Amino acid sequence: MRLLREAYYIILGFLQMLGAAGFFLARMLRLMPKALMRPRLIFQQIFNVGAMSLVLILIAGLFVGMVMGLQGYNTLSKFAATSALGTLVALSLLRELGPVVTALLFAGRAGTALTSEIGLMRATEQIAGMEMMAVDPIQRIVVPRFLAGVISMPLLVGIFNAVGLLGGYLVGVMLMGVDAGAFWGQIHGTVDLHEDFWSGVIKSVVFGIATTLVAVFEGYYAHPTAEGVSRATTRTVVNSALLVLALDYLLTAFMF
Amino acid sequence: MTTEEHKHSDHVVEITGLKYRVGDKAIFDRLNISIPRGKVTAIMGPSGTGKTTLLRVMTGQVLPDRGRVMVEGKNVARLTTDELYELRTQMGFLFQNGALFTDSTVYENVAFPIREHTRLPETLIRHIVLMKLQAVGLRGAAAMMPTELSGGMARRVALARAIAMDPKIIFYDEPFVGLDPISMGVIVRLIRVLNDSLGLTSIIVSHDVDEVNAVSDQSYLISNGKVVAYGTPEELEHNKSAWVRQFMKGLADGPVPFHYPAPDYAGQLLGEVDT
Amino acid sequence: MKQTRTIEIVTGFFIILGFVALYVIATSATNIKAYSEGGGYTVTASFTNVGGLKLRAPVTIAGVAVGNVTNVKLDPRTFNAIVSIRINSSYNQIPDDSSASILTSGLLGEQYIGISPGGSEAFLKNGSKIQFTQSAIILENLIGQFLFNKASSGSK
Repeated sequence: MRLLREAYYIILGFLQMLGAAGFFLARMLRLMPKALMRPRLIFQQIFNVGAMSLVLILIAGLFVGMVMGLQGYNTLSKFAATSALGTLVALSLLRELGPVVTALLFAGRAGTALTSEIGLMRATEQIAGMEMMAVDPIQRIVVPRFLAGVISMPLLVGIFNAVGLLGGYLVGVMLMGVDAGAFWGQIHGTVDLHEDFWSGVIKSVVFGIATTLVAVFEGYYAHPTAEGVSRATTRTVVNSALLVLALDYLLTAFMF
Repeated sequence: MTTEEHKHSDHVVEITGLKYRVGDKAIFDRLNISIPRGKVTAIMGPSGTGKTTLLRVMTGQVLPDRGRVMVEGKNVARLTTDELYELRTQMGFLFQNGALFTDSTVYENVAFPIREHTRLPETLIRHIVLMKLQAVGLRGAAAMMPTELSGGMARRVALARAIAMDPKIIFYDEPFVGLDPISMGVIVRLIRVLNDSLGLTSIIVSHDVDEVNAVSDQSYLISNGKVVAYGTPEELEHNKSAWVRQFMKGLADGPVPFHYPAPDYAGQLLGEVDT
Repeated sequence: MKQTRTIEIVTGFFIILGFVALYVIATSATNIKAYSEGGGYTVTASFTNVGGLKLRAPVTIAGVAVGNVTNVKLDPRTFNAIVSIRINSSYNQIPDDSSASILTSGLLGEQYIGISPGGSEAFLKNGSKIQFTQSAIILENLIGQFLFNKASSGSK
């Protein structure tokens, strides 16, 4: 019974957050032209959000690619089709694993950082202080971070995929002995620019919007106490994950 | 001049019939306050009477349920966001904890409003920032980070930031809380000096009776959402009301009782009455 | 704010790395070659049956890719399929009496269009129609034909 109630609260909280976040997004969009006139701020946030996640994405991408190589080889060898390993790894990464795993890692690393940073500013009255100085905190603090997240996600996914392909190659060709020519040749033949690559990019942009929106929203409306901020950070991770996975299904059904 | 205009030039803030509830508790119940121009006015009362909320009402951060809040002749509740921001450029606000940006230096903090609202060149901004810091005595701390400052110093930096844009009105939210005697003396002196030399109207919210008496020209005493007393510090000292006397002298027992309402003492000890 | 120069350098590096990664994937891990051959011109061919021919299916001459299928429509009057083919502009000397056939790569692979050149001195241009076409071979028809032949030869 407790479990059911837990699930109920999670889903309810998720839906409520979705609606409120939607309004928040509309508010941000209205302020975007003004915020774009200060590219310096956005640039700085790209560092906070993107560059700082780089190492995590590199390592994760490498490992995921290597595991794909290993598992793929094991399964394909049952059908004597190991020459298709390149296709398997490339399609899995570009279509699904790249955008989704990167988004989840992004929510965990960059999303929580954003939520706690903004939540802390709220708790120490820095946001109220800014309002009192007649500076709109959403325009000055939130929108640059949001844009930074949306820009960084596709870049991170690209890096994840590139490193993942490398990992798959390392395991498949160097370790397991798949022919290098077959590996890349297969990829060239089967991976479609529009269907696979661009749809992956679209997914990563959508996920970027979703995760960053949840992160800044939870931070901005966090309870101005230490406990409030920590709870908001937890909500960011949970809600980002749910949103990304739900969107993933919708986008996949729509695009494939 | 008509009566309206006359009033506006005399009083910077005029609150009439203010009503505000949170939940089912009435914070303000038909409150009337007016703040005269160019003077230091204090608003005092016990903790929790909503003094800080009153400041928020005056600055438009909180909208009243009923009543009129006029600041510089404008009805704060009716302003659009842009107009409200426009009005706020003439206000300075000192938060209880300073509310400095923790990731910027003291210099950056004071420069912030200037950079956001003007297009002055950096050299000019530097002059202004250093002048403001000099006014609060912290020009030497310009390169420090807020985390390196003591409470008193942080509050002074926040004060420098609040006057950076040469406002006409300045609000102090509990400026004396948690300071050592020397820092308190510094703040008291600064409030007075800045008010007179810059021609400001200062509004202080506090419950530190001694400090307020040292600095304010007149004070309001608020309790249970209403104005209980009003006058200069001397007038309040000689106020006849028992409640005012208990507050001003800091007596432990009086109209505000020492004991929170509780059941019969003997009965509770002997177990006859439920806890 | 703090150490802006280092921040700027690292951020710039990150952004460049991201775009480079995307570019590298797009160019070396996809079939981008199929899309990027310069400009092209479009010709049409009419088939009685296109079988499993898909959009973007390759079009070849002597096994060399010269273009793709860009559109498949139904002619409402003749009830034939009209296939639009975009041919790379570098192949602009294809005789206009060439024939187009729908072929299958391998035994059960994807279907594509193969063009066998004719002998005319006039060439296909934008908007030309290929007159001679060979429709796709439908497996069921083939099997039915085989059985029929078997039956008739068996009864002799």
